[in-house]
Amino acid sequence: MGIAVEAEDLRRTYRSRTGWARARRTEVDAVRGISFSIERGELFGLLGPNGAGKTTTIKMLNTLLIPTSGRARVCGYDVVADTREVRRRIGYVFGGDRGLYDRLSGLDNLRYFAELYGVPPREQKRRIGELLDLVRLTGRERERVEGYSRGMRQRLHIARGLLHRPEVLFLDEPSIGVDPVAARELRGAVADLAAAGTTVLLTTHYMAEADELCDRIAVIADGAIQALGTPAELRARAAGRVGTREPTLEDAYVAIVQPS
Amino acid sequence: MIAVGALLHAKHLSRSPLEIAISLVVPVVQATLAVYLLRSGGAGDRLLDAAVGAGMMGVWSSVLFGSGAAIQNQRWQGTLEMIMLAPRRPALVLVPITLATALTGTYAILATLLWGRLLYGIRLDFAHPVAFAVVAPACILSLGLFGLLLAATFVLLRNANALANTLEYPVWLVSGMLVPITVLPGWTGPLAAALPTTWAARALREATGGGPVWPSAALCVGIGLTCAVLGAFALTYVERRARASATLALA
Ligand SMILES: Nc1ncnc2c1ncn2[C@@H]1O[C@H](COP(=O)(O)OP(=O)(O)O)[C@@H](O)[C@H]1O
Ligand SMILES: [Mg+2]
Repeated sequence: MGIAVEAEDLRRTYRSRTGWARARRTEVDAVRGISFSIERGELFGLLGPNGAGKTTTIKMLNTLLIPTSGRARVCGYDVVADTREVRRRIGYVFGGDRGLYDRLSGLDNLRYFAELYGVPPREQKRRIGELLDLVRLTGRERERVEGYSRGMRQRLHIARGLLHRPEVLFLDEPSIGVDPVAARELRGAVADLAAAGTTVLLTTHYMAEADELCDRIAVIADGAIQALGTPAELRARAAGRVGTREPTLEDAYVAIVQPS
Repeated sequence: MIAVGALLHAKHLSRSPLEIAISLVVPVVQATLAVYLLRSGGAGDRLLDAAVGAGMMGVWSSVLFGSGAAIQNQRWQGTLEMIMLAPRRPALVLVPITLATALTGTYAILATLLWGRLLYGIRLDFAHPVAFAVVAPACILSLGLFGLLLAATFVLLRNANALANTLEYPVWLVSGMLVPITVLPGWTGPLAAALPTTWAARALREATGGGPVWPSAALCVGIGLTCAVLGAFALTYVERRARASATLALA
């Protein structure tokens, strides 16, 4: 199988200047030494409270942030030294409705990113058509994105992230603000991608989603991994803490991030 | 990629309500300004020159504000991370945007000529119409390349907006878009010679009023390309620095 994503003691400190007249330097240690590896074709979940360092970890892996220290490789390429090789092989989708050209149509957005990613012109039309079908935007693609609902924008984001058939897909809270029906379809699409061999790194706040989708899960808090295992292994950790009923992933999660 | 990107960015820019409002009003003002400046100077026969010069001012403003703020605008839209994530050199990712700002500026030339014709009856008698048709797009694209250098330097400077505001009029003047360079103080000469806007204005003036056209146009394109190369180096540095300091996203 082989390793798709490898993180070795990744750390990231944000330094920022606050205050205007009297500049004060503040430092935030967002990620404090995270190591894990993801097999090719694996669907790996990253769970943790807000501010735990999930987005920072993803951005170090997808080349948007340079780690303060530590190393990471994606598909065997170093994220700092071989940035372009990494970028060719990855897709990145984040939750929320920003990051699109609002005054362009969905189709124009996809055409633009297909060009940026060097999808050959002859293939573009077919690829964009396939993806519009996948995210169920066929028929709406000529409307401007500013008129799209939140769910539609999110689906357009996903189509955009898949244009160049990435080997590794980073999904940062893709289901945030998406209605339950759309969220279920989204889970179906992610599961299909993983079944077809795409490696997926997913963050989410929905425990049921993580439990259903993920092969393995890392729970992080305060910038460090607190637990790592299959959903069943994590659930087993909470056994005995919830009386006689079967512990859920949520029970396990709470036990990990809020040890009593 | 560059062509498709530039056209799509131009489409996006031209749909901004602010942009539309500005581009409706400004050319009329510029045509009027040009006509009155020259009428009071008693140079009624140079009206076409003046209209073209005024149009160039529009292109310059569009490049200065559009390209200078290109990176910041993309950051605000949340699209900066997404486009920088493409497996391309940063300069290749940004050049369609700066070219698009020049393209939308082209509209200023056309509109100024149109209003000049409608309101003031300026006769559109170009000395070298064919040369004008070739040189105008070439100069406009060169200004777009110059925009790449602006885009890179402006993100490195903290007070980029103030700088953009202070640069607008001096460059109009120094480049001789409205008044001939010969009436300006001598020290502006070398400065003017280094600006692609000067040669663009001169090439267009020669195409409308008569003159050798091609040497000025070639210089304009040459300076534009040089700026693009410098801008590309600067952008590579900017991109790396932004990834280290976490400024690609809006924090
Ligand atoms: N650009 C930034 N500058 C300064 N601090 C930041 C920046 N981005 C994130 N942080 C801080 O780093 C920590 C981790 O953030 P993040 O990785 O976004 O967490 P998560 O995605 O798990 O919610 C938080 O304390 C957050 O405030
Ligand atoms: Mg986050």
